[in-house]
Amino acid sequence: MKTTITVNGQARALDLDPRTSLLDALREHLNLKGSKKGCDHGQCGACTVLVNGERINACLSLAVMHDGHEVTTIEGIGGEANLHPMQQAFLEQDAFQCGYCTPGQICSAVGMLKEAADNWPSQATEDLGAAIALTDAEIRERMSGNICRCSAYPQIIAAIRDVAGEVA
Amino acid sequence: MSSVKDWAAPNPVTENRSGIIGKGVDRYEGKLKVTGTAAYAYEVEPPSPPAYGYLLPATIARGRITAIDTAAAEASPGVQIVWTHLNVPKQARRGERANPRSQRASNPALAGDRVEFFGQPVAFVAADTWENARAATHLIQVDYAVEPAVLDFRASLASAEMPHGEEDVRIGDFDGAYAKAPVQIDETYFSPIQNHVQMEPCATTAWWDGDKVTVHTSIQMVKGGQHALAETLAIPSDRVHLLTRYIGGGFGGKGQSYDDLTLAALGAQALGRPVKVAYTRQQMFQATIHRPAVSMRVRLGAEPDGRLNAFAVEAVTHCARNAPFVEHAANFSRNLYAAPNRLTGHRLVKMDIPAAGPMRAPGEASGMLSLECAMDELAEKLGIDPIELRLRNEPDVDPETGKPFSIRQLVQCLNTGAQRFGWERRNPRPGQVRDGRWLVGMGMACAIRGNFLLPAKAGVRIDADGTVTLRQGMTDIGTGTYTILAQITAETMGVTMEQVKIELGDSDFPPAPGSGGQFGAATAGSAAFEANMNLRKALAELAIGDPNSPLYGGDPTYVTFGNGNIAIENRSESLGALVARAAPEGVYVEGSITPAADARDYSQHTYGAHFAEVGVDTVTGEVRMRKMFGVFAAGRILNAKTARSQVTGGMIWGVGTALTEGNVVDPRYGSFINQDMAGYLVPTHADIVDLDAIFLAEADDKANPMGIKGVGELGICGAGAAVANAIYNACGVRLRDYPMTPDKVLEGLMAKGL
Ligand code: FES
Ligand code: FES
Repeated sequence: MKTTITVNGQARALDLDPRTSLLDALREHLNLKGSKKGCDHGQCGACTVLVNGERINACLSLAVMHDGHEVTTIEGIGGEANLHPMQQAFLEQDAFQCGYCTPGQICSAVGMLKEAADNWPSQATEDLGAAIALTDAEIRERMSGNICRCSAYPQIIAAIRDVAGEVA
Repeated sequence: MSSVKDWAAPNPVTENRSGIIGKGVDRYEGKLKVTGTAAYAYEVEPPSPPAYGYLLPATIARGRITAIDTAAAEASPGVQIVWTHLNVPKQARRGERANPRSQRASNPALAGDRVEFFGQPVAFVAADTWENARAATHLIQVDYAVEPAVLDFRASLASAEMPHGEEDVRIGDFDGAYAKAPVQIDETYFSPIQNHVQMEPCATTAWWDGDKVTVHTSIQMVKGGQHALAETLAIPSDRVHLLTRYIGGGFGGKGQSYDDLTLAALGAQALGRPVKVAYTRQQMFQATIHRPAVSMRVRLGAEPDGRLNAFAVEAVTHCARNAPFVEHAANFSRNLYAAPNRLTGHRLVKMDIPAAGPMRAPGEASGMLSLECAMDELAEKLGIDPIELRLRNEPDVDPETGKPFSIRQLVQCLNTGAQRFGWERRNPRPGQVRDGRWLVGMGMACAIRGNFLLPAKAGVRIDADGTVTLRQGMTDIGTGTYTILAQITAETMGVTMEQVKIELGDSDFPPAPGSGGQFGAATAGSAAFEANMNLRKALAELAIGDPNSPLYGGDPTYVTFGNGNIAIENRSESLGALVARAAPEGVYVEGSITPAADARDYSQHTYGAHFAEVGVDTVTGEVRMRKMFGVFAAGRILNAKTARSQVTGGMIWGVGTALTEGNVVDPRYGSFINQDMAGYLVPTHADIVDLDAIFLAEADDKANPMGIKGVGELGICGAGAAVANAIYNACGVRLRDYPMTPDKVLEGLMAKGL
């Protein structure tokens, strides 16, 4: 099936088996292997990418459903020479060990900050009427779809806090 | 064999002139990981487009394959290989070792019609795409003759036997002393099967070049994997080039290879093109090793002042019928508390489930869950603070062997932790602290884990531009190996981190035993240190013998290294200049470490103390971690940042152990009920609140030349017990059955009328 997806700002024309997940399209067809496959079932978050600015599990979505969409992967967040502040913060806080969940954590964190800024509530939000105060509890709740078996959780929260700043 | 005396003299690492040792420098490979450019095994770019493999798992626990119908799979689009035990290429028989020096024996895939566990791969498909391979695999029809299987551990405890070649350790007269003890504890604790759940599933990319195969695979032990594949394919090991540059978590579960390695290699050979094979998440649960369940009876006999007089820790555990493995859950207790009359030992049940094997801190991780709760129960019975009870049973020498400790800062860990955590806030009476509908409590536990040094080698070269490159057949599974080796190299050679290159995970490099048993840093690090010391010697000789060097004719004993220079007092030149002039092709040397024979004269461990605060929801029985703090003593710390991450990671595993993690065997089919991350619950962000750890200053001069020890497993040891003890302190419910899920807590609360 012919599909065109804009990936990291570049239109990419693909001819795919319709069973191909967005994750496998990225990894196996576009050679963008930064997005990881941890479970292929929407349970771990390692495959998190941004689609039209919002985070999704790329393994739970068929590539052909994204015709015309804008996808941002970790490669589009920042490269070695131009690290995104979130990547820099992960590096400084040692917010990873094996690194396998890391691209997903970073994409998720970037998407999460925008969701909070847009005042999307979460399970941890106490006052739905007020502007979201991005407490640690909010960050933890919103990041809980991203499992880190190395368990760098305290360091990941510290990294996100570095980027998000303190709660007013 | 070296001697610990050889290690006593100061050296560049212990002197740490430039201060790189211990510093929390960022991970060497960190930029690659945060940008997604570190290539894991399935992501390595093969020389030509690969075919994709897929495995079909067995759906019975034990029996025989009577028929396999592969016709539909073979006719399926894109399919290039369909293999079963009937047509898989010939491999060496399981357990065969053509080369007696091979570290691992043959481990063939699809090796026969026998099924030994649910999930065992019974067929393999390779196709042009992963989608086609997956679809074709599910068209294969397998018929089985099912045989009776042992699947229920708790129901089989009575059939447990003494593990082959082992015996109980008895010191003094346990039975007599226990019978007479004025205060007794006799409880049995249960910890379930646990799974590693590494985020990266096992995977291999393989291709052939003539008669030589290159495999990129996710494995913790380079040589072990290389030898296992060579033996399986019945080829010399120098025809297997195994690489494992980045590994998405191991935790012991990737200490061995699985069928992805064998079938990728065989598939690539048969097709004449690269083949990639990965396990699915479900196959990771069903068809790789796990931590076995442990039923542990603890008997403590104490005097009214808390001193232990009788001490027994007896573990019953299990392994697969044909894969002997003993979870030595009682071993740690042999070194922890003083008591003159002692009994420790293990019993084993043979089951028809996948092989049990090592998982982060094998032995301690499950064993400490019982003893450290039993000590809490004893403290309460005696009316003594649980920390004080430990202090009263602190031994002067190893309680079992009588050997001196190399260094033991357990008491300091306890005292520092108590103060930093605010232990004095704890109400010793359970169920007293309320916070709305929550009951809040605190608990503590000790941590102990052995320290090991294995033989290892490393190679190091310096090039004309002054770059120092260290190469080792070692792995970094997220533990920070790349980084600490860079620090050791930079400090020893007196160069900056930017001038150092570390290359790991390649079977062509000088061998190291890999990552496991928290021996990695000490073992690989010591070999790297020795290689660098040899490079210093070689460069000193080069300079002194070179008429064009300002050091020419000097005394080698006065040569120093620093700021990228080699010097004798004020005569100096840069390393790059020396090499460019005197050895333009570079200088390469190797170094090695061997354990010291007299290190065995010391009882050598790493230690720690855990403190936990939890809330128990009196309505739902849910337990939430509120705060956790750990203090550890583990030799000289090479990198403050990565070492802390190792122990906080371990502590979080302890939280999972205590509250959510466990697997259950389906008694009908022998499958694990929890086969994905929705069923098997590892801690997530929301579960971990306010958790931190510190290290005490320490250097263990009996450990290795640098006085360092492992930290990768220490953090989990005892952590779950601290949480369990906090649950008891919060609500007065004493559970002895891990994990402490809401159903169990609620039952306890209701029994208490809460
Ligand atoms: S791989 Fe997509 S959520 Fe796990
Ligand atoms: S860094 Fe290993 S799983 Fe997160």
